[in-house]
Parts: sequence; structure tokens; C-alpha cells
Amino acid sequence: MESSFLGINTVTFITNFLLATAVFLFMFMMGAVMSWSERKQSAQLQDRIGANRASIPLPGGKKFAMWGFINNLADAIKCLIKEDFKPKAYDLLMYNLAIFFAFIPAVLAVAVVPFAGVVKPAELFQAWYLNWIPLLPEYFTNNLPDFSFRVQVANLNVGLLFIFAVGGINVFGAILAGWSSNNKFSMMGGMRAASQMISYEVSMGLSLLGLIFIYGQVDMWELVQSQQNLAWGWLPKWGIFMQPVAFFLFLAAAIAENKRMPFDLPEAESEIISGYFTEYSGFKMLLFMFAEFIEIVFVAVIVSTLFFGGFSVPYLTDVGFQWPWGGFTALSHASVVILQLLSFTFKVLFFCWLLQQMRWSLPRFRYDQLMSLGWKILLPLSVLNLIVTVLIVALGGF
Amino acid sequence: MSYQLPGLPDMEYLDRKKRTFFDQIYIKEIGRGVLITSRHFFRNLWKWLTFRKGGVVILYPEETRPDMSPNNRGRHVLVQRTDGSSRCVACKMCATVCPASCITIEAEESEDPIIQKRPAVFEIDMSRCIFCGFCVEACPVDAIRMVASTEKLVGYNRFKMVYDKELLLNWNKIVNDDVVHGYNP
Repeated sequence: MESSFLGINTVTFITNFLLATAVFLFMFMMGAVMSWSERKQSAQLQDRIGANRASIPLPGGKKFAMWGFINNLADAIKCLIKEDFKPKAYDLLMYNLAIFFAFIPAVLAVAVVPFAGVVKPAELFQAWYLNWIPLLPEYFTNNLPDFSFRVQVANLNVGLLFIFAVGGINVFGAILAGWSSNNKFSMMGGMRAASQMISYEVSMGLSLLGLIFIYGQVDMWELVQSQQNLAWGWLPKWGIFMQPVAFFLFLAAAIAENKRMPFDLPEAESEIISGYFTEYSGFKMLLFMFAEFIEIVFVAVIVSTLFFGGFSVPYLTDVGFQWPWGGFTALSHASVVILQLLSFTFKVLFFCWLLQQMRWSLPRFRYDQLMSLGWKILLPLSVLNLIVTVLIVALGGF
Repeated sequence: MSYQLPGLPDMEYLDRKKRTFFDQIYIKEIGRGVLITSRHFFRNLWKWLTFRKGGVVILYPEETRPDMSPNNRGRHVLVQRTDGSSRCVACKMCATVCPASCITIEAEESEDPIIQKRPAVFEIDMSRCIFCGFCVEACPVDAIRMVASTEKLVGYNRFKMVYDKELLLNWNKIVNDDVVHGYNP
């Protein structure tokens, strides 16, 4: 209990380290799942089968294809052994730096998102399905009976601002990649990405201001906590019910932010080859693609946290379900935590699915349509939404 | 959208509805589009979950179309005489007409003085063949034909895709198909 490492309590250090690793792995696994579902889901909705050939041969003539998951592995191996082609007059530093600018922000920003509520390990291991684990239950009950932690990597009280700040770095990845490749198409893609992302960041921020006014804070943990409250005794105060217009505005702006269809202009294949990462090959190209998939997951995480109550399950308190008609269903601490984790994962998966579905359903905007949608429609609507929200809050609503 | 020409009364040249503000924020249309694709997605997902094949594709090497046209130009076969030897007289007309130059024939003398010539080597490089059917048209003795079936015409090794005389003569040990008619152009 008293032991410390670099002045930090050892148990806290280990917990935070494990949490950070888990969240990092969550994002990567989801990224892998997204690159699988990009193939498989698109195939299913176009009445095709999708990737199912790459497989590991098993003894007995069977093939281990895992419904196309092995294709990801084949992709990685292929990209690793390919030639790392670079343009003749590229900018060494910027060319290599761009990947990190594209890749890191999405993973970094998830640090402030809570994945589940407060976990008390001493209570957690009491559950009948967890007490078979050796050592840990005794250790926590004997040594750390009061120890608890939040399933959130960084407990920042400016969480939402942090997400915007880190997410804003993303645009540098596209600009740097476009500039340093020394290619006209890359340059076009980079410039398109820059103007598009900066335009949509405005309405993205403005659409969320209403939420900040209603809940009165920018701390992600507190935002989720206040979404657990009930309006009129039965409706959870989720962002979607408080700010329905903002949800659509934010979703549109967020899809534009991560450069997916129908806002696919920066990497419009039919116009500018592959946009800002035209000149990247092999594993660097793979990293750009992977960054895009992780950004989808990131958008799904943000949308489900801000508008769908994050980890909260409707009517679920720390000890069980408090039903609106007065009933009560007691649950153990471990069950509550697992329900919260499942709820969060389900919401994230649903939005990943929705974003993919929209990506494969819609055609690409023309560039002037994109700009007029951003500045002439989304921005005025989000300002209007903000004004109405502020008026209602000032008049004592919510 | 309406286009007005100078000197003409107001006319709608295109019968197209004007887009309102609600149309232009695309929410309704996006919802409709996603519903349509979701219908396909969930139908195919349900088929997949109940161990049926979602989608309308045919997984080629394992499956072949049941509704293949009888005139389809598929696998080449060599027609046998009653004694089991090839009907080919090694005139090399098929090899000459072949646009992909994938037929190799080496002639030898036949014991039968009426037949005179027969192929010692008859190879078709199936990895180069373009299935045009010219060889079938060119053959003067109806020795080479094409079956409708495209079953087992694939390979991982291009050298194994060079089909020799034995394979072309005994094709029905590989394919369960029947050939009675020649390719009819």
C-alpha cells in the first residue's frame, strides 16, 4: 500500500497502466474490426460475399479463414514486405512525421473518455463468476478494501476541450502528407483536407456548445454522470433527447472531419488518385488507412459518449436497476460494471456500423456542395440550435 | 431547377422538383439510402447466420453455375474414336488459327494407312487460352470440341495448366458432364 514508484502509488500506477493499455488495445482491435467490416459489410449490403479467400491451411485439408479476418493478416504481411517507394524529391522529415500526426490524435483523444463507472476491486471479485480467480480477491479484500478507480485513462476536467484540441491536430497529418510528397495530386488532397476539416470543425464545436450549456461542464466523466439523470422520472437525459438537432449536425460534421464518404473529397479516388497519401506505399499507406478506421471508432466513441449516455444503461444505478415504475432489481457490483462495459461497447459498435453503412450508401459530394453544406447550412443551423438552447436554459428549462 | 430563356415565358424545361431547405440538409434522403442498404445488409446477414449463402455470387472454383448455357465455351475436349484414340489428324489448323498461340501439336505417323497422321503431343496451355472457340471451328474432322462446363479450370501453378493429350481425351474423369454436340458458333 505504501510502496510507490516515482512518487505514484504502485497500485494506482499499475491500474492506470493497465487501463491505458486496454484502451489502446481496444482502439486497435476496433480498427482491425473496422478494416474487416469495410470489406465484409460492404459486400453484404451489395449482395456479395466479401473477402473469404485468405486463409491459414489446417491439417486435414481445412482452411482457417475466420470469415475474412485472416485477410487483415495477409494485408499486413503484404504491406510489410512491399517496396517502400518514396517520391524523388520528398521532404524526409515531414513525409515521415505526417503519419504520426494522422495516427496518434484519434488514439490519444480517447484517453479522456470513460469506458465504465467506478470499479471497486474488493467488491468486484466477490461475484460468483469472478471469485475463482486465484490471489486477486484475497489481495484486494485484505490489503486494499477501499481502493477504487474509474475506467477512464485520464481524469481531465477539460475533457471535451482536450478532445477538440487533440482532434484538431489531425488536419496537420493530411496537410503535411500532401505537401511533403511533392506531388500535385497529394497537394490537392492535402489542401482539400485542410479546408474541409477546418470548415467543419467550426460547426462541430458549435453544435456541442448546446450540450455544454445544458450540462454545465466539459468534464467527460461528469457529462456521462449527468446523462444518467432522468427527466420526468422516466426519460434518461441523454444528449440525443436534450439536443436532437445537435446530434445530426455533430454526426455530419464528424463524418466530414474524418474524411469519410460522403465527404470523401481529400482522397477522392476517381479525381485525385488517393489524395494526400498517393505517394505513400507499403506499411505507411496501411497506417494511413488504419488511422482512418481508428478515426471512425473515435467518432463512434465520442457520439455515444456525448449523445447516448456513454457507458450508462438506462435506470441502472450502482446497486441495480431502479425501474421508473418503482420496482428494483438488485445486481452485484461486478454485474453493474460488466453491463456498463457492454453498453458502451454496444453503442460504439452500433455507430461504427452506422458510419460504415452511410459510407457505402452515399455518393460523394461535389466540392462546392461540400463547402456550401458546411458554411451555409450546418453552421447557421448549429448557431440557431445554440441560440434556442441558450434561450431555453436562460428561461429555466432543462 | 428552372431555366428561363430571354424572350420566352416562364417555362420549366426540366421536370425536376425544386429542392427545399429540408431537402438540402439531406437527412431524409440519407435515411432512405441507409434503410435500403440496411435491408440488403440484414437480409444477407440473416442468411449467413442461418448457414445459407448471403448474396447472389457464385464462389467459382467450388461452385459452378447450374444455369450455364449449353453453348458456353468451356473446357476443351478431344473426341475419341471407337477404339479410344484421338480423332485428331494433326493437321495443325487449330494451332494456326489460335490467336493466343496456346496449342502445341507434334505429329507422328499412324499405323493405320487410312488415318496416316496422328498427334504425338497435343497440348493446350489453358492459362493462355482465351476461349474464343476458333480451334473448334477450324477443325476439319471435329476432333476438338468445347464442353459447357468450366469446372476445375483453375490452378495455382501455371505449369500445371498445360493440358496434355491424355487429359483432353479423358476429360470426363475430371468433369461430370456430357458432350454430344460440338460448339455451335
